[in-house]
Order: sequence, then C-alpha cells, then structure tokens
Amino acid sequence: MSTFPGLTSGHRPVGVVSFAQSDLVRREAEHNDVEMLQPVVAEVFGAIGITKDDVGFICSGSTDYLVGGPFSFVTALDAVGVWPPRAESHVEMDGAWALYEAWVLLQEGEIDAALVYCFGRSSPGDLSEIMAVQLDPYYMAPLWPDPTSLAALQAQAMIDAGLATEADFAAVASRARRSALENPKAQVAYDRPVETLLAEDYEVAPLRRHALPPLTDGCAAIVLAAGDRAYELCPRPAFITGIDHRIETHALGARDLTHSPSTKLAGEKAGVAEKPVDVAELHAPYAHQELILTEALGLGEGVDISPSGGALAANPMMSAGLIRIGEASRAIWSGQADRAVAHATSGPCLQQNLVCVLEGV
Amino acid sequence: MSERCAVIGIGQTVAKSKREDVSIAGLVREAAVMALEDAGLGFADIDAVVVGKAPDMFEGVMMPELYLAAALGAVGKPMFRVHTAGSVGGSTAIVASHLVASGVHNRVLTVAFEKQSDSDAMWALSVPQPFATPLLAGAGGYFAPIIRAYMHRSGAPRDIGMKVAVKDRLHALKNPYAHLHLPDIDLKMVEDSIMLWDPLHYLEACPSSDGAAAMVIGSESAAAQAESDTGKRPAWIHGMAMRSEPTQFAGRDQVNPRAGRDCAADLYRQAGITTPREDFDMAEVYVPFSWYEPMWLENLGFCAEGDGWKLTEAGATYMEGGDIPWNCSGGVLSSNPIGASGMLRFLETALQIRGLAGEHQVPDARRALGQAYGGGSQFFAMWVVGVDKP
Repeated sequence: MSTFPGLTSGHRPVGVVSFAQSDLVRREAEHNDVEMLQPVVAEVFGAIGITKDDVGFICSGSTDYLVGGPFSFVTALDAVGVWPPRAESHVEMDGAWALYEAWVLLQEGEIDAALVYCFGRSSPGDLSEIMAVQLDPYYMAPLWPDPTSLAALQAQAMIDAGLATEADFAAVASRARRSALENPKAQVAYDRPVETLLAEDYEVAPLRRHALPPLTDGCAAIVLAAGDRAYELCPRPAFITGIDHRIETHALGARDLTHSPSTKLAGEKAGVAEKPVDVAELHAPYAHQELILTEALGLGEGVDISPSGGALAANPMMSAGLIRIGEASRAIWSGQADRAVAHATSGPCLQQNLVCVLEGV
Repeated sequence: MSERCAVIGIGQTVAKSKREDVSIAGLVREAAVMALEDAGLGFADIDAVVVGKAPDMFEGVMMPELYLAAALGAVGKPMFRVHTAGSVGGSTAIVASHLVASGVHNRVLTVAFEKQSDSDAMWALSVPQPFATPLLAGAGGYFAPIIRAYMHRSGAPRDIGMKVAVKDRLHALKNPYAHLHLPDIDLKMVEDSIMLWDPLHYLEACPSSDGAAAMVIGSESAAAQAESDTGKRPAWIHGMAMRSEPTQFAGRDQVNPRAGRDCAADLYRQAGITTPREDFDMAEVYVPFSWYEPMWLENLGFCAEGDGWKLTEAGATYMEGGDIPWNCSGGVLSSNPIGASGMLRFLETALQIRGLAGEHQVPDARRALGQAYGGGSQFFAMWVVGVDKP
C-alpha cells in the first residue's frame, strides 16, 4: 500500500511526477512557441512513459504581450495535439498558477493526472517597455517605468530601512550564479566573489548588473498525478502537502516594499514552518528580492536556497515560477531533499506570490 | 464534483458602447459590489477572486487583474486570472466553481469584463504575426465562410440568420442590462442593414460593448446562509465541462465541432440530461453571429444534425410561443463585452433559476444550460444550473 506525506486536512495527495524544460537562452530565434514547446511536452510525457491520452486535464500559462498578438495560447496547444478534444484551460499567469488550477481539479477526484505547461520569450520585444504596460493604466503605465527601476526603488527602500546592503545583494548573486554552474539549463553562471560584483557599474542604483535577472526565452512542463497513480509514474513523487497564493495591492506607494506579506501569508497557509525545509527554490528575479522572500518564509540557516541558481540563472517569463516547482521536485526525487519549498511571483516588486510545499516519502 | 456548489450572488453592469464615466476598476467593481449585495455579503466574506477577460490587447493592459486587486477586494487573498478566448467568461465561472467544488474555498467571487471602448478589438485581433495569415477582417470575417458551409450543408434558407437577429433583439427589449434596445426591429430592418460578411448583415453581428459580470459561488453551507439572509434561492450547479480542440487540422469540422459535442456529452452525463430539448427550460448560448443559433442547436443536441434551422424557423427558441427559449437576455447579439459575454450566458441561467430575471424570466425555469465558445470555435465551456440540489 502506498504511503503519503501528511496533508493539509481533507486534501487528496497530488504529486509532481515529471518535469521538463527547454534550454533557457537569451534568444530562441529559430523556433516559434509551438516548436519550442513540442519537445518539452514530449519529454515530460516520455520520461514517465505516458502520452497525452493519460492525462485528464491540461492547463497552460502564458501572456499575449510577450508574443505581441492575441491568443498566444491558442496555437501553443498544438504542441500537445488535443485530438480527440481535451478538457483544457489557460491562465494569463505564470505556469505555477496553471499548476494550481490543475491541483484544484485533481482534488475533486474525477481525474488522476494532469499536464501543466508554460512558455514565454523575452527576445521578440523590449521587455522593459512591455512590462510597463502591466502597470495601472491610468496612473503608472503612462510614466513607462521599467521593471528594473521599480525593483531598484524596492532595493533602495531596503537599504534605507537598514535591512540590507549592496554587499548583501552581491552575496546573493554570487552564490546563485555559483550554484548555477551545476545547472546545465542555466543561462548565466559564474564563480565571482562579492568584491568583483561590487565593482560593476550601476544599472539603476542601487542595483548593479549582477542583481538583475537575465532576459530569457524558454518553456517548461510538469505532470501532476494523484494518489496511487503518482507512485505508478514515479518511485518517489514530490507530493504537494500545501499550496497557496496571495496578492497585494498594485499601488507601490501603498505597500511596504521591504517586506512581502503576501508571501508570508501564503507560506503560512501552505504550512512551510510546520517541518524543517531542506531546499527552497525561490522566484526572485532581482537579487534583493531573495532576501525579502527568505525572511517572509522564515527560511533560516541550513536551507539550501535556489540550488538551480533561481531566476538569476535564467528568467523565462511565465515559466520561471513553474520551473522553481520543477527544480524543487527534482530535489525530492533525487533524495537530496525530503521537504522542499517552491515559490513563484508575478507583478511589480513581488506583488503576487505562490508558495508550494513538496515532500517525498 | 466532490462538493455541492451554487451561484448565490449575481451582478452585472449595463452594457453600452462606451462607459466613459468609469475606469476599468470602476467598471468591474460595479458588478462585483452588486453581486456581493445580492448575496448579502461584503468583500471580507470572500475567500478568493477569479477574474476572466479576453485578450489583454482589447484594453491595452497586460494582465490587468494585477492592477484590479484592490478594486476587487482581493488584497491578502488568492487572485486568479483565466484567459481562454471568447469562452473565457464561462471558463472563469467554471474555474471559480471548482475552487468551491474541490472544498478549497467556501465563497469565491468571479468577475469577467471587457472595456472595448479603451481600444479596438477588431484590430487587436488582427496584429500581424510571423508566418501566420493575418485575420484582417475580425471575427465576423473568420466565421462567415463557416456559416456558408453550414447553409450549404443543411440547405437552410437565407433568412434564418435574420430571424435569430430579430428574436434576440426582441428578447433584449425585456432586459434592462442589454446594450442594444431596438424597439422597431424586424426582418426588413435586418435585411436593409449593410452586408458586412456575406451572409451576415450588420444587424446579424454582435455589438462592441463595455461591461462587466460578476457572480459569487458558494458552498452548500454558504448557499444556505445566503438564502436565509436574502430570501433568494441559490442556483445549484449540476455540472460543468470544458473542451478544446486544435485550431487547424485536416478533417476538423468547424461547422459542428467535436469539442462542442464532447463537452455537451460530458456535461449532460454529469447533470443527468438525456433529451436536452425537453430537459432544459431555457438556455443561454453564445451566439455572436446570428447563424450560430441553428448551428449550436445541433451541436448541443437539441435536434438532429441539419435540423437546427428548422427549430429557429418554427420559432421554437422564442420566449413567447417557443418550447425551448434561447437567449432570453438578448444574448451576445444584444450585448458583447467580449470577456464577460461568456459569463453573462452562465449568469443569465443562474438568474433564471433563481427566478430573478424580471421581464425576461421564463416561468418556473428549473434547469438551464449555459454555453460559451471561443477562438475559431475550438474552445467550449458549459454548465447546467438548476433549482434542485444535485
């Protein structure tokens, strides 16, 4: 008889049983979104010997503004090939939220497995302009603030509050890029000490180049399975023992940017602190945001933070969150971790956050 | 579904060409507050907010739900954004309902909207893409050839579409929230309107609307509470289904898509529907272009393939004198805030089941079908709501 980790009351055990990601690169110019996704979808199924006919639900995450046209998810579905027709849905969010929708459906017990995928390319446009269109259309977007400038406001607020220094940001980047040397998918990986990084020029003060995420094209996919089906597909599934997401107001002036109450609340709801955490994969596009997140989640010494290098190693839009769940799951599968936390973010300065706790038995 | 769930609150804005008096936030909040008040609730009673809308280019705001978090009372809560093309309003209601059916939440607010006057939907649909044929004619130009294929296949007379256009506009006269109120509507007025995409005249197409729709979905206990607080009965969800098929492949039947037939079959299995024409008291079906009424009558199994136009011609879908009233609200042909149009179909079925549809109420409606479709009719979302607890 299969054994499952302790779950938040009433929840059906659902685990991550397969994960695949494309090469994460600065510019994927030779393949369109469908062509980029197709081998990843094939890999995520092939690795566990199933096909699209074995999943009862498909959910994807993407955003039209990266493609520059409406309905970017429509043709992407051809990467799966939904014939005969399938139960399928799409979120205009990071794939981590697509996974959440699939997890909710799996709770109802009608289906035993689901495919989640997501994709996004930063290279076709100017991301600093595109992301400005994500802001309040009346009061903020007309100013065209780019995401790095907004993140710099947040970083400066941390410095002003005495919560961190520029050297702390550099230490995060130095460790993340060193970890990324072990990640074959990483786009930016190096071994440079803090002093070297602090000698870089500012991009937007107080953020230097090392504190910024790379511009990345890429995609990812995950298969979720419930109950015994999870064990049929994976010897040690990464069971989701808690998952929750929360949003804050969009108005930056109304937020304390130096803390992340939405991450804190999502972490509490997901039960992060109930047991020790071995690995945490955090979606912190800017180096200083990792410090905010570790504080919000109460992750202390002994937690291996973003061994993949995190979003500083590669930051494919709409996929970097799901990839965190995939990387955390891999740590469970390999036995490197018994309990892992994965986090995804969306919106300016960590406005919206999802926290997922994964456990292996 | 593991847990029973129901629609316990309903809100919608008046649909019109331009809501210049409100921002996007003001528009969605108007519908949301109305739905909460209908349920006897406030924002504090809501566990999560699920937002849906059609392509973001329709307003020119990327992922606008982020900016709408405070306006929809979502701060500190889970907020979710669905986008499944024109079916999105229906899909959004389904995603919200699953949050309750799964036992994850007790009360979920779901909101869908479009503020088409902020941009130009037709051209937002026609942005040139590398290696793709541009869709320079908007949605009507896409669907007109499919409609002609239906006419050819079924032998339907040319005036069937015009009859639908008249019927839905007559229904809209009874709905104070409808965008188009055309008291003089008749076949001649439709026929005299300009030909846009043969065989579709101007008056056989949906309008461009600003508008928002909102519902509160509640658990069994939340429904009991709302009923005792407000005296209004819940609309129980008897089943819900979504299906998608590929946009293009050899052999795809775009006139009678299999995804729609499969979706209906799954839905009817859940809800125990065997003869749709008899089992439903009314239906709200996504008919943005007139001919989609007879086409969906067939696709949804209300008649045999090829017979849909005969039902329309016989007046079977009229509120007065028809045995299966379709689109008593006036339908998409009378109001089309695109992202909300699918939710309005679902919402109108709940309004009927709760007996709150006013002048366009079907007497003693006990079970109703809501349907939405999107894209090039490859995306479908449907639900059944009823008076009886499932």
